[in-house]
Amino acid sequence: MAVIEAAADIQERETREMTMIKTDGLSKHFGGLIAVSDFNVEIEKGELVGLIGPNGSGKTTIFNVITGLYKPTAGRIYFDGKTVTGLRPDKITALGIARTFQNIRLFSQLSVLDNVKVGHHLRLHSSPFVAALGLPTYRREEEEITQNSLRLLEAVGLADVAQEEAGGLPYGQQRKLEIARALATRPKLLLLDEPAAGMNPEEIRELMEFIHRIMEEFDLTVFLVEHQMRLIMGICPRILVLDHGVTIAHGTPDEIQNDPEVIEAYLGVEEEEDA
Amino acid sequence: MRKEIPRILTVICLLVLFLFLWWAERNLDPYLRRILNLIAINIIWAVTFNLIYGYTGQFSLGHAGFIAIGAYVTALLTLSPAQKEQSFFLSPCIWPLNTIQWPFLPSLIVGAILAGVLGVLIGIPSLQLRGDYMALVTLGFAEVIRVINMNLQPITNGSLGLKGIPDYTNLFWSWGCAIFTIFIVWMLGKSSYGRAFKAIREDEIAAETTGISIFSHKLLAFTIAALFTGLGGGLFANLISTVDPNLFSFLLSYQVVTIVVLGGVGSITGNVLASLIYISLFELLRPIDQPMTFGSITIPGRPGMRMVMFSIIFLLVILFYRRGLMGSNEFSWRWLLSKLQPIFRRERQER
Amino acid sequence: MSLNMFLQHLTNGISLGSLYALIAIGYTMVYGILRLINFAHGDIFMMSAYMAFYGVALFALPWYVSFVLTIPLAAILGMVVERVAYRPLRDAPRISALISAIGVSLLLENVAVVAFGGRPKAFPRPPLFAQEWNLGGVRILSLTFFIIVISFILLVGVFYLVNRTKTGRAMRAVAWDFEIARLMGININQVISLAFAIGSVLAAAGAIMWGMKFPQLLPLMGVVPGLKCFIAAVVGGIGSIPGAMLGGFLLGVGEIMIVAFFPELAGFKYAFAYLALILILLLKPTGLLGRVVEEKA
Repeated sequence: MAVIEAAADIQERETREMTMIKTDGLSKHFGGLIAVSDFNVEIEKGELVGLIGPNGSGKTTIFNVITGLYKPTAGRIYFDGKTVTGLRPDKITALGIARTFQNIRLFSQLSVLDNVKVGHHLRLHSSPFVAALGLPTYRREEEEITQNSLRLLEAVGLADVAQEEAGGLPYGQQRKLEIARALATRPKLLLLDEPAAGMNPEEIRELMEFIHRIMEEFDLTVFLVEHQMRLIMGICPRILVLDHGVTIAHGTPDEIQNDPEVIEAYLGVEEEEDA
Repeated sequence: MRKEIPRILTVICLLVLFLFLWWAERNLDPYLRRILNLIAINIIWAVTFNLIYGYTGQFSLGHAGFIAIGAYVTALLTLSPAQKEQSFFLSPCIWPLNTIQWPFLPSLIVGAILAGVLGVLIGIPSLQLRGDYMALVTLGFAEVIRVINMNLQPITNGSLGLKGIPDYTNLFWSWGCAIFTIFIVWMLGKSSYGRAFKAIREDEIAAETTGISIFSHKLLAFTIAALFTGLGGGLFANLISTVDPNLFSFLLSYQVVTIVVLGGVGSITGNVLASLIYISLFELLRPIDQPMTFGSITIPGRPGMRMVMFSIIFLLVILFYRRGLMGSNEFSWRWLLSKLQPIFRRERQER
Repeated sequence: MSLNMFLQHLTNGISLGSLYALIAIGYTMVYGILRLINFAHGDIFMMSAYMAFYGVALFALPWYVSFVLTIPLAAILGMVVERVAYRPLRDAPRISALISAIGVSLLLENVAVVAFGGRPKAFPRPPLFAQEWNLGGVRILSLTFFIIVISFILLVGVFYLVNRTKTGRAMRAVAWDFEIARLMGININQVISLAFAIGSVLAAAGAIMWGMKFPQLLPLMGVVPGLKCFIAAVVGGIGSIPGAMLGGFLLGVGEIMIVAFFPELAGFKYAFAYLALILILLLKPTGLLGRVVEEKA
């Protein structure tokens, strides 16, 4: 047991300085179903990496494992120099990984502003005692949270709907709100799960610019899952392709587009898209 | 200037309330005063249940257990040694309880703290469970407490209960505590913690990935609620002067649930209004339990008709008007002023 | 303790366990399909006992007629409760239905207080069930024996219905997945009503036998057995009928045996069920016969 631990420690130290996140032999089984098998990725700070694959290939499962919603059946995850395999989701977020969801998960009955404010809660210093009594220390923190949240809303273009109920926003704005909320947690790595779902080409272009902008403004590393080729090919310098849980290709957009296995996996699906 | 107005209005209201209580304490007959005290105590219980259910979305049926702890602890501490000797005739009260007698405030505080401790103990296993299971387990815990109470003769005097508890609870104590509870719960709700609670209620998975530790926050809400519920229990014991284990059955938990549902889950205003209406009606409708005569028509009364009526109203609300009286809206001075503005504007136009 | 005493206690335990099993099935069926703790089930149990009682006391029916008549009446009551208080809330958050169940429970209890009065009523115990038999040195009431036999027949009947008939298959399909069952053409409302009817029938049978065993009828008599039986269903594996049966028997035997061996704990009898619940939920939440299913997020 000790020998295995020591080996893992060495591997942890050996991951390079610039590595933001690295997975090693990550697998996830649900009973008899193998959702993800031997997934390996290494993403450096500031990179924008994409993950594509047909529906059901395991993309969201990988996100769920990385963010701690599922425990991996096998494999390890290293983030920012630490082993994070099997940690609770809120602990992982505290370390600096934030995500958005494929089916948007907002706090619908809270206001837009409150949704973003919630993202600040994990960094709150005041105890419940101080907050309940409304002491000055807390009031200062609350003011900071409000200001910062408004700034984030401005950055995503939602400042004028700050008081609206989150559930009432149009779809596109809900997506932006989710991103703003994720940014509030001050992440180093942002996982975006199908952010372009339901968007037309114009909106996709805006989204691409948006992603580049926030990467620079907030000093982010981004790991992006997408079903739509257009977005991924457009902005990701490096792409992994997943099919039935197995990584079948890994490279630049050009390499991926010409890879026979990728074409086969997507055969029929692409035709659907063009139709 | 606008920002200060709500605060001033609230202070004025509190002053008016205080004056009313001062007058009532001196002039109202004991029966009405008792109703007012009961209303305040039920407000405490309803608002704390709201903290657990309305804010974090956890359905707990264990309120009666925390009430019992607060009641018994406060009662045992405030009862005189002479009374204890009289009541504990089956087996004497254990030391040191049989010799001590404490003043009201420390007894209340100890009762509340012990209820809070119990809240942690019960919360840790219960809060890990899904909604309906949690309801069942918390109900179970409250019942276990009741059974233990019934059997711990040397401490609680078992099914004989405790008599002659000094009636320290007056309108200032009960309403003072009620206002304090409302203040704390409201402040907490407005704060980042309140947002975290509501996030948990809305979507636990999203809350967790936004960095909120689900379990510790649920436990926080639960424990605070338990603490204040126990405080209410202590006030209750020193109001009705006699307690026995069966007073704190699931029926009491159901009463709190009924009040919160009727008033609107998630709304403190709703809790207050519903407590007022429920308790008043409960007392005022006593005549239904007796035969009533209207001129030449006599409606035979049966004991329990009140409760049947309440049960029907409760079901009607949950089936057709689920949001209750206030939904999840709070009263606010801004709202009231905006409603009154047209009246002022019309007056000015007419001049 | 002599062997005879032991066997006597064991027989009593199995008898009590059978009654618990009958009631527990009603809970597990409803929970399996609707994911709802039917808090009112215990009160349907209570109502059935009163109905059987009044059949004899008020309408002067012979006991066998009254008992038999109670069964369909209980089924109707169960179906009415579902139709009025649960069906409208089927799309609402689950807690609303739970609160509604509590409301129905309270209503039934309060109506019972008004209609029947708070003083205990004496349930009839026909001579057939009141005989003392001596089976190989073990002295039991004939009632105890009949309870075991009748319950056994009913339990076998339910098992057959659920596992060997088309209707039963429909019920299992609905319990597995609502939407898919609906898409396959199964009439969900009918299946649910049937589940409530069956549960209520078993509860009524249990109530009648219970009344003969513990002849004091009170408006709140269904509360404690009701909660205990739901716990039994959870311990055995909620959603599983064999689980409910197992849980019921364990609870019944356990209760009798523990008090037999430790008479001083009699006052805490009630608490055992809850302690069992807490243990099971902490150690094996799906229950003894339940399956572990990991949910996909």
